[in-house]
Amino acid sequence: MIDPMDFLLWTKGPMFDWAIAIFALGMMARLVEIFMLGRKPNYAEPRGSEWGPGFRTILTRSVADAGTFQRAPFNVVIGMIWHIGFFIALLLFIPHIELIYSVLGIRWPGLPNPAVDAVTAITILAMIGALIHRLRNPVMRHISTFEDYLVWTVTFLPLMTGYIAYHRLIDPYPLALGLHILAAEIFLIVLPFTKLTHIFTVFIARWYNGAIFGRKGVAS
Amino acid sequence: MSELSLERGLAAFREEIDAPVAAFFSSCIHCGLCATACPFYVETGDPKYTPILKLEPMRRVWASEFTLWGRLKGLVGLAPRVTDEMLAEWEELLYDSCSMCGRCSLVCPVGNDLQYMIRKSREAMVASGHAPEGLIGAASRAIRTGSPMGLQWKTLDVQIKHVESSAGLEVPVDKEGVEYLVLLSSMEIINFPEYLEAITKIFDHAGVTWTLSTDCYEATNAGVQIGSKDIAAELVQRVVDAAVKLRVKKVISPECGHAYTAIRWEGPNLIGKSYPFRVFHIIEVLDELRAAGRIKTEGKETDRLSMHDPCNLARKSGVIDQQRNLMNLVAENFVDLKEHGKYQWCCGAGGGVSSNERAEPLKIAAFKRKKAQIEEVSPDRMVTMCATCRTQLEEGLEEHSMDIPVVGLTEMIAEHLVEKKQPA
Repeated sequence: MIDPMDFLLWTKGPMFDWAIAIFALGMMARLVEIFMLGRKPNYAEPRGSEWGPGFRTILTRSVADAGTFQRAPFNVVIGMIWHIGFFIALLLFIPHIELIYSVLGIRWPGLPNPAVDAVTAITILAMIGALIHRLRNPVMRHISTFEDYLVWTVTFLPLMTGYIAYHRLIDPYPLALGLHILAAEIFLIVLPFTKLTHIFTVFIARWYNGAIFGRKGVAS
Repeated sequence: MSELSLERGLAAFREEIDAPVAAFFSSCIHCGLCATACPFYVETGDPKYTPILKLEPMRRVWASEFTLWGRLKGLVGLAPRVTDEMLAEWEELLYDSCSMCGRCSLVCPVGNDLQYMIRKSREAMVASGHAPEGLIGAASRAIRTGSPMGLQWKTLDVQIKHVESSAGLEVPVDKEGVEYLVLLSSMEIINFPEYLEAITKIFDHAGVTWTLSTDCYEATNAGVQIGSKDIAAELVQRVVDAAVKLRVKKVISPECGHAYTAIRWEGPNLIGKSYPFRVFHIIEVLDELRAAGRIKTEGKETDRLSMHDPCNLARKSGVIDQQRNLMNLVAENFVDLKEHGKYQWCCGAGGGVSSNERAEPLKIAAFKRKKAQIEEVSPDRMVTMCATCRTQLEEGLEEHSMDIPVVGLTEMIAEHLVEKKQPA
């Protein structure tokens, strides 16, 4: 039996370094793979510009158009809730801010713990709702692959283990905290090799979309 | 044999994969929202028509050859491969059930331009020998005769004579140094001869100099629809040669959405250089003439009119306000469909679907979305500015026993021109 304290120190030490390294190198490789491909020159006379519309679309695509919202309200709302919740839990929980400060040297104000706790509970429920929706909606079930369920799991686990650790639902505490850190590390390791890359590439994809449409004079 | 063509198809996929494609596939989260934007899914309810799924062959090539992880998986034989059987199965998905209307590209929350990738995937389908018969026929007729429907100049010539005697005006042919070279579409020549008469009258009214060319009058590009850059480039070059020969600085694409995107946006890239002329859709030209006060109209249509925006013109080319300005010039009771402009719904016939006989049942199914939109505003007549859309609307409304005539905007403008004073 591994000592819980040793386990916690392992997750905070060598495992943390491995996770960060795999995440950083893997994600860097993906970005290089994308940009190295480039685009062919476009000789058609433009109707509008690319840069402005590209950045505009990065923002505007965060909100669904009215028609899409009417046709898939659950999909749109549940997705928005858990994404926002995930980022609040990740970036506004004071111990997380302290960790980021110790690694990157930058910090910002956080939310009171009970607030983050409530947001986490909502996010967990929303993610379960999203999973049920994926299993029940004919389109989502049809297009889902093993990777979709894997990614759901590695995204869900940091939230769940964080909630468990905060509420001391597993004893001893070093084990609970170690499990939470390990879950976050698995998330980081899996990220560059799965659709989790969208966390970064969504900005590139939306920019290209806005630029391609913008050149033709359409605000996409 | 099929191994060789598969290899050609895979090579075409590789050539088509660029930075946007890699960014799009890296970002897809399988949310399925693209399905809710697709008339072929919405009206059939079959999840296999989910737009992102139509791109699975291209995604596999990207994942297994353009990503580190995919190449590693490939080394141990874990990366799923694209096979000839797979491409055969995907032929229906990439052609019959997609009009390349681009609505999914506008709705995808991560910003994937799916239509951009469908267009690219079709190049690989042609290269691997998996394009529909109907489109192969259209493309070879276009190369052979200049018209995807196999029309010859003499057919158009007969029509020109009719127009000249009916309008009492000359239809200029092969006139050098005029302002505009006018292109037509075969669909228009056969189904809607009133278009040629309308522009003849309008241009005479506005004092615009223009010409048709016996070398090239076809604006549509079957090469773009099927996905063959070689064929597409040759068809574009014919337009360029005709315009250069007649020393024309402006070329007008007819009431056809597809022809416009083909010649306006794809054409220069197909031949690898900018044009020595500018390209306009007829609706853009008419709106410019309106704004300049060169079109004087009298009287207005009084019945309830609504409008179908061709996808290629509105969502894919940014021509949205122009047709509304023109409508307001001649209609007093115009009401837009609820989702219009860039968010309009496809009629179901574009992107080569109408030239692909096999796709007929899907084309009829997809129209039900448009039908539902039309029913919401219950107009007396529909107005549009694309011969393919117009044919589809006419046939679809007829099929559903809906008595709603469909008219072209250009001819509606022509009907309201102030008569010129006849010289005494």
